[in-house]
Amino acid sequence: MSGRPLVRVESLSRRFDVSPPWLDRVIGRKPRRVLGAVVDVSFEIPQGGVYALVGESGSGKSTIAKMVVGLLPPSEGAVEIEGAGPAAARDRGAVQMIFQDPHSSLNPRWKVRDIIAEPARARGRDTDGLAERLLELVGLFAEDAGRHPHEFSGGQRQRISIARALASEPRLIVADEPTSALDVSVQAQVINLMSDLREAHGLTYLFISHDLTVVEHVADTIGVLYLGRLVEEAGSDELFADPRHPYTRMLLAAAPRIDGRREGAAPPPAGEIPDPADPPSGCVFHPRCPIAVERCRREVPRMRDVRGVRVACHLAE
Amino acid sequence: MSAPDPVPPALELRNLRVDIPTRRGTLRAVDDVSFAIAPGEILGVVGESGAGKSMTGNAVIGLLDPPARIAGGEVHLNGRRIDTLGRGALRRIRGAEIGMVFQDPTSSLDPLLTIGDQLVETMRAHLDISGKAARARAVAALEEVGIPGARDRIDSYPFQFSGGMRQRVVIALALCAEPSLVIADEPTTALDVSVQAQIIALLKRLCAERGTAVMLVTHDMGVIAETADRVLVMYAGRMAELGPVREVIDRARHPYTAGLMASTPAASRGARRLYQIPGAMPRLTDLPEGCPFHPRCPKAQEDCRRVPRPTLAADGGRAACLHPLDPERGAEDVARAAEGTAR
Ligand SMILES: Nc1ncnc2c1ncn2[C@@H]1O[C@H](COP(=O)(O)OP(=O)(O)OP(=O)(O)O)[C@@H](O)[C@H]1O
Ligand SMILES: Nc1ncnc2c1ncn2[C@@H]1O[C@H](COP(=O)(O)OP(=O)(O)OP(=O)(O)O)[C@@H](O)[C@H]1O
Ligand code: SF4
Ligand SMILES: [Mg+2]
Ligand SMILES: [Mg+2]
Repeated sequence: MSGRPLVRVESLSRRFDVSPPWLDRVIGRKPRRVLGAVVDVSFEIPQGGVYALVGESGSGKSTIAKMVVGLLPPSEGAVEIEGAGPAAARDRGAVQMIFQDPHSSLNPRWKVRDIIAEPARARGRDTDGLAERLLELVGLFAEDAGRHPHEFSGGQRQRISIARALASEPRLIVADEPTSALDVSVQAQVINLMSDLREAHGLTYLFISHDLTVVEHVADTIGVLYLGRLVEEAGSDELFADPRHPYTRMLLAAAPRIDGRREGAAPPPAGEIPDPADPPSGCVFHPRCPIAVERCRREVPRMRDVRGVRVACHLAE
Repeated sequence: MSAPDPVPPALELRNLRVDIPTRRGTLRAVDDVSFAIAPGEILGVVGESGAGKSMTGNAVIGLLDPPARIAGGEVHLNGRRIDTLGRGALRRIRGAEIGMVFQDPTSSLDPLLTIGDQLVETMRAHLDISGKAARARAVAALEEVGIPGARDRIDSYPFQFSGGMRQRVVIALALCAEPSLVIADEPTTALDVSVQAQIIALLKRLCAERGTAVMLVTHDMGVIAETADRVLVMYAGRMAELGPVREVIDRARHPYTAGLMASTPAASRGARRLYQIPGAMPRLTDLPEGCPFHPRCPKAQEDCRRVPRPTLAADGGRAACLHPLDPERGAEDVARAAEGTAR
């Protein structure tokens, strides 16, 4: 995959003001608190690629997704989709988002036909028979267009969300935990559908998940987030075969394995994720890192290339 | 009758049935569920959403949400029948003889009481112990579950802990009265993977040390694979398969179990597509006759549609299936049989 990337995320940061109410601050002499939800994140997605972001709760996955689709302005940095800003891409319908919860993202009062056709109608396109065609494309039936969302199972509702996302003929789909609320058998249906659509229509995906086994299956390239920072980026096979960052190693070791064979040598994960409004100095992972040295406490590790993988760790080699 | 077993199972269910009366008739949410858990053993209960896992656990501890009720069968705890006991007696058993850990730690903790007071109160209610001794044991219990600075933090309130820490406290609380059985319903589902691994390891170690039996309810096959001794697979409120964990995972006999395993991304490493079980689990209102899995089953034959529904006895106590899979071919068999059916 060469040529210009479809998506470029450049030094993206997003801060949130999480200060207590001003009166409490004055009376209690509490300082302002600013939380860095996303800190200096850069990556690219080639045309037709699947880029996955993984990380635990609060690592900034959804915040990045919202900035990529233009639902949230960055504090610093920029997102480019086909050379333009996300707002322009969204107006053209070139980027669409799929959310975790198919229950709350579909208007319960609308018929499935109207839900699916809405993104196309909003852009003044012809919607005649569109919903019916898309329903068949995602493995449902044309007759389903006249029904309401509550008449469908969770997996079927997620297919409806996907059909709606496809209505504006997008180039990029940003999927934020699209299968996390689904059972494994239903998850398999949705993941297969997404990969079929990629092959048939050359779609590009930004796929967000906290589940490493899902990410391993769907992604070409994986970015690992910790506390809003990208700590490692590698090809999917590479990342699982030879994780370089100590946090990636910890994540892989902690994931329960169906073959019941845990890697014996890996140290058990220690500690918990720190308060993002008060992150540790230097490398934010150092308090939990089994190999941290003095330098890790003082100096922020830069993202660098290590044998074809990008990793932000002083000790990675 | 033969000589009585010297050690009765910690928990034994015999043909448990849970009904939900509704305006449009009675739904059978759990039907004919029978199993035993030996002291020190961990039984995993898996199945997809709505399979009746929580209903089964809640029936054991007498915490079914009305209108659901036990409509048949027996529950025995250490050889003593408990499903016929009154509410007061059951309440005493919960906490003392059965510890509970739920998905949401906040539901098991009183937000208005300090962690220490909750532990002391639970111990004093169930053990013959002085307030001072209970407090000392509470500190020890918190240290044991890995709360750093337990002596100082014992007077904290639940909101002052993170989600993972709170779940540790719940485990301390569930075990502090030394129950013989712990029912853990999705204890790590709300937690991050790195914390989940810690909590599972903790639960496993503490129960092994004390010989506590565990009924571990989860939809996560990975957690079961790493934790359980045996596993019960449920489908539509019925038992589909029961056996030693590696046997069930590696050599599934019930086509549903095999399908479930094959559809996990971890199991199909390298495959371009994931295996798909066709269709969806039926609602309790329209359960098919015969084997409840037959409309989705790649191995179904004419006899699968007929009543009575197959029980585990159909496959020597292992799988409720009339045409169990060849143990040597397992999931491949299913995948092959399903090729024509999957959409
Ligand atoms: N609107 C907001 N105001 C204040 N803080 C926010 C806001 N949105 C997100 N955050 C904080 O930013 C951080 C990153 O949040 P984000 O939702 O992106 O995480 P995530 O990786 O998607 O987590 P999860 O897996 O739980 O969905 C968290 O600490 C979160 O509390
Ligand atoms: N009041 C009710 N009326 C009708 N059906 C009900 C009622 N309460 C529960 N059910 C049904 O009982 C069945 C068993 O539910 P249960 O909570 O035991 O499932 P579970 O296996 O624990 O699922 P999950 O993984 O989602 O927790 C479900 O199909 C549910 O829809
Ligand atoms: S930089 Fe240091 S602290 Fe951070 S992960 Fe690498 S070794 Fe650990
Ligand atoms: Mg999120
Ligand atoms: Mg449940």
